[in-house]
Amino acid sequence: MRLLVPNRHKGKLIVVEGIDGSGKSTQLSLLSQWLRSQRIAVAFSEWNSSPLVRETTKRGKKKDMFTPVTFSLIHATDFADRLERYIVPLLKAGAVVCADRYAYTAFARDVIRGVSRRWVRNLYKFAVRPNLAFYFRVPLEVAIGRILGGRNAIKYYEAGMDVGLSRSVEESFRLFQGRILEEYEAMIEEVGFHVIDATGSIEEQQQQMRDIVSQQLGESLQNGVMRATQGDIDAAKAAARIL
Amino acid sequence: MLPKQPLEFYSESLAGVDRDELQGKLIVIEGPDSVGRSTQVARLRFWLEHQGHAVMDTGLARGALAGKGIQRAKEGNTLGPVTMTLFYATDFADRLENEIIPALRAGFVVLTDRYIFSLMARAIARNEDRSWIEKVAGFALVPHAIYYLRADVRDLLARVVLGRGAFDYWESGMDMRFGADMHDSFVRYQTRVIRALDRMAKRYNFVIVDANKTPDQIFRELRRSIGKLF
Repeated sequence: MRLLVPNRHKGKLIVVEGIDGSGKSTQLSLLSQWLRSQRIAVAFSEWNSSPLVRETTKRGKKKDMFTPVTFSLIHATDFADRLERYIVPLLKAGAVVCADRYAYTAFARDVIRGVSRRWVRNLYKFAVRPNLAFYFRVPLEVAIGRILGGRNAIKYYEAGMDVGLSRSVEESFRLFQGRILEEYEAMIEEVGFHVIDATGSIEEQQQQMRDIVSQQLGESLQNGVMRATQGDIDAAKAAARIL
Repeated sequence: MLPKQPLEFYSESLAGVDRDELQGKLIVIEGPDSVGRSTQVARLRFWLEHQGHAVMDTGLARGALAGKGIQRAKEGNTLGPVTMTLFYATDFADRLENEIIPALRAGFVVLTDRYIFSLMARAIARNEDRSWIEKVAGFALVPHAIYYLRADVRDLLARVVLGRGAFDYWESGMDMRFGADMHDSFVRYQTRVIRALDRMAKRYNFVIVDANKTPDQIFRELRRSIGKLF
């Protein structure tokens, strides 16, 4: 079965994946700054952020209405909305779209929640295949240390409490993230992840990312993707203020 | 009395469902927009209850989880075709797991005004991949009977004109702009939906009912056929 649709647009799609606490969002943010500094038009898309399904997701979580299948489907709906309304039009326009989590997050999490690997992979067949997918590999204990050090409360669904692995939030989080880690590790070849050792320093990881981006997308970043002049940037900012 | 066989899933088993526990009957009424499905569902419900069966009826976008969200999304102007398909699939899964299956466990007759077939036909009419949506919806239970109320697009057109007297944006597939105006888009879109349903008929064992007959004739035909399921 053919996984994900090839990106035939001018723009490029870069995604980051990894368990919570792997540092992927920090790295993606640094990468986008670097791209912007080269006057490349960059756009962002985050997992589970579509306004269209927000109310439904909230209702389902609040009233504990989700099953593995509906949980998976509502996230796919969210993803489809962002893809159709935002990611694809931006790629057509020639932007570099940076996505914090992509379909692979569903491949990992939804399987642990109880849907089959085959079913969830088919579910996301409409997605555009990323030009680059980075996977931030980190040992479970390191990630947990970062999460527990950074904030006090782990959310119910983040901890996978609905999966029923443990009654303790912290223990459930540990078990849940551990299983997600296994799913990610098992899909590296299948989906073609570029693996980044996320135990290295932030600077080292960022350098690796930039090297891979230059090497793989260098040509199209020079000519192909949308580049903004200072005039474009100023005009866009002024227009956004008016809106 | 037919030998009792457990209901089956199409291609994907739902976790936590013991098929042997599903004692009720699952009956589907399918067909395009404004073909007269809901009239028949209401009459069948009355008749079945009169016969002593407990009846639960359900239909697209009526679920507690996603029903409201779908309504709201359709009032806006940014609902893409794949997003719509998946939103409806979410609603269907919610109703299947939280309404239909519990009712079947309790021995109810479940009458459903449309099932996965309309959802798939709409997706296919919007150029989405047939095998993709079939697999997405593969966790559906195979019903005891599927009645397809079949009409041609010109019959549907007459019902719209004589009934509501106005075209509906979504029933006309205006999100895809199949034609220059509501009428042209309606004709092209509904033709595609009907074609998609027709192509499913054999594969999914639809019982085809001619929707051009009078409501009384259709009701009698359905009643006769459903009577044999018990």
